[in-house]
Amino acid sequence: MRRFALIAIPYAWLLALFLVPFLIVLKISLSDITLAIPPYEPTLDLSAGWEGLKTFFSGLDFENFTFLTTDDLYWKAYLSSLRIGAISTLITLCVGYPIAYGMAQSAPEWRPTLLMLVILPFWTSFLIRVYSWMGILSTEGVLNQFLLWTGLISEPLTILNTPTAVYIGIVYTYLPFMILPIYSALEKLDISLLEAAEDLGCSRLKAFWLVTIPLSRPGIIAGCFLVFIPAIGEFVIPSLLGGSRTLMIGKVLWEEFFNNRDWPVASAVAIILLLILIVPIILFQRNEQKQREAEG
Amino acid sequence: MAQPKPQTVFAPWTDPDAKPLIRFRNVTKRFGDFTAIDDLTLDIYEKEFFALLGPSGCGKTTMMRMLAGFESITEGTIELAGQDIAPVPPNKRAVNMMFQSYALFPHLSVWDNIAFGLRREGMEKDRMNTRVEEMLRLTRLERFAKRKPHQISGGQRQRVALARSLAKAPKLLLLDEPLGALDAKLRQDTQFELMDIQEKTGTTFVIVTHDQEEAMTVASRVAVMDEGRLMQVDTPAEIYEQPATTYVADFIGDVNLMKGNADPKEGFVLLDWAPNQPQIKAETSKNFAAGQELHYAIRPEKIAITAEKPAEAPNALQGKVLDIAYLGNISTYHVELPGGQIVKAQTANTRRLANRGFTWEDEVWLSWTATAGVLLES
Ligand SMILES: Nc1ncnc2c1ncn2[C@@H]1O[C@H](COP(=O)(O)OP(=O)(O)OP(=O)(O)O)[C@@H](O)[C@H]1O
Ligand SMILES: [Mg+2]
Repeated sequence: MRRFALIAIPYAWLLALFLVPFLIVLKISLSDITLAIPPYEPTLDLSAGWEGLKTFFSGLDFENFTFLTTDDLYWKAYLSSLRIGAISTLITLCVGYPIAYGMAQSAPEWRPTLLMLVILPFWTSFLIRVYSWMGILSTEGVLNQFLLWTGLISEPLTILNTPTAVYIGIVYTYLPFMILPIYSALEKLDISLLEAAEDLGCSRLKAFWLVTIPLSRPGIIAGCFLVFIPAIGEFVIPSLLGGSRTLMIGKVLWEEFFNNRDWPVASAVAIILLLILIVPIILFQRNEQKQREAEG
Repeated sequence: MAQPKPQTVFAPWTDPDAKPLIRFRNVTKRFGDFTAIDDLTLDIYEKEFFALLGPSGCGKTTMMRMLAGFESITEGTIELAGQDIAPVPPNKRAVNMMFQSYALFPHLSVWDNIAFGLRREGMEKDRMNTRVEEMLRLTRLERFAKRKPHQISGGQRQRVALARSLAKAPKLLLLDEPLGALDAKLRQDTQFELMDIQEKTGTTFVIVTHDQEEAMTVASRVAVMDEGRLMQVDTPAEIYEQPATTYVADFIGDVNLMKGNADPKEGFVLLDWAPNQPQIKAETSKNFAAGQELHYAIRPEKIAITAEKPAEAPNALQGKVLDIAYLGNISTYHVELPGGQIVKAQTANTRRLANRGFTWEDEVWLSWTATAGVLLES
């Protein structure tokens, strides 16, 4: 009974917070748009009994999904999101790995402090942080003023409202998610393994490549998924920093929902996004499980 | 497997012209203000099988790590083949080390662990395969070649570590407790294998062990260490028969230590060691002052145990059997003298247990010759 309760809790959680919302969104994506509240039909009318149920199901169709294929905006937005997600994951890895490595190499008494510094940004609102990036990156922003002052540039750079700003925003926001798993993998690394590699003829660099990197691979993979998965669906960063030129599916979704008030199409977009994300999520789970097996 | 008797005695340390392979000169190693190695001077010669023996924490691993290049030297120099090794990085030293913690690569299979060093050398595939197979056979790991380190037992892991360090056939091999986790039989076999390898390849071995018997079996010389200093460096037989200090006598093997005052005579010393007990007669070439405080060390197996007082023994004591430790091939008798002192005597069990001569509470005589023990200054 106890065991059952233990298993039931996460399943109930999943049911309430994932499966039920998913089914609702799926239902909306199969409906048609109307001018009403809610802005779609059919709605389920249980008082009409069996007949009501029948009309309800006959009203559902895949029209919205077909619609997504007719306008190239959608598949371009998906592709662009995947590309931006992948590139920013790569940049985050390149920035995050050295930071995690430095933290793992630092004196043990410093590590808790460094760890706290990494998660410190979470103590302020995400929106405020993104807004402050607007202040930094705009033409009259802090960055441009500084560069002009040093004389490195004579004209202010246009960074805000370009894809570059989106990359900066994503890398900045998701960096802790990259650092933490890599750090936890590197921290466990036994120094005598590196000594053994050197003893057997490796240079420091070679030992890093042959021992440190492979042994931190689970952390790298976990970090990449933790950045890639939310980055694809990111909405706030591209809409605040990316301007109109950055195409991302999260933004398209928002516009369908709130500007066009086309809930069914927006839901269809969300369902497809979820299907795309399920692949990396499953891969991520696999990685975690394999790592647990290797440790156990 | 019997060792072939060497034609000439291998003892380069007695040859003043011999060039040592490793030369520690006044080496000191400090961690903060803790001195792990204290002004150590030592020569180790090519083709030696050099054993380091000492209590836990006495600095054995530290010595090896300095040789391998993982610890800096605080003071003094270490020379390898005549060259100061301080500026040489670990990967450029012709030295391989087997780590006490094994340090196996968890992401590589047993096979790849053993091949790791060979790959770095750029050894060609065929030769590498044969070499790895050879090492696997030697350490009896053929069946586990594909497994990862976490999928094998502790003793098997130790053998992988041994195979990995042997694979490159370096000039100098440092083995930090290479056989500690093996069962007695496998340990003995591996000891002989190591001696065999040593004989075939002429590799110099420095080996750390907690097992005196192992040190005695394999080593050309043994160094007994304590608190970062060398207490004695000598052949196993000399260490055992002629310990330099009571510490060494006590550390290696079983020993009876008797403290007393010297009464020097011509060619021998009489030792007053307990009231109401006859003096101990010990032949010695050393000179002691009259009344000097000395320790007399005698091994239990040098003491004969008899029911009657032996007629012509220079040393004979009477006592009562207090305890008997049966060890299979030998038995150790703890004999209590009238003054309360306990003396250990050992006999070989040539007869079956049931026919054993003495039992608890028996009155017995202990006797030994004048050359059986050694006198040590306190
Ligand atoms: N990195 C270090 N920092 C501080 N002290 C150290 C360090 N490494 C070793 N020591 C100390 O130096 C002493 C010698 O250590 P070492 O590892 O050489 O002992 P050992 O003789 O190999 O012991 P064991 O038989 O237990 O392996 C110990 O007292 C140990 O605590
Ligand atoms: Mg040690």
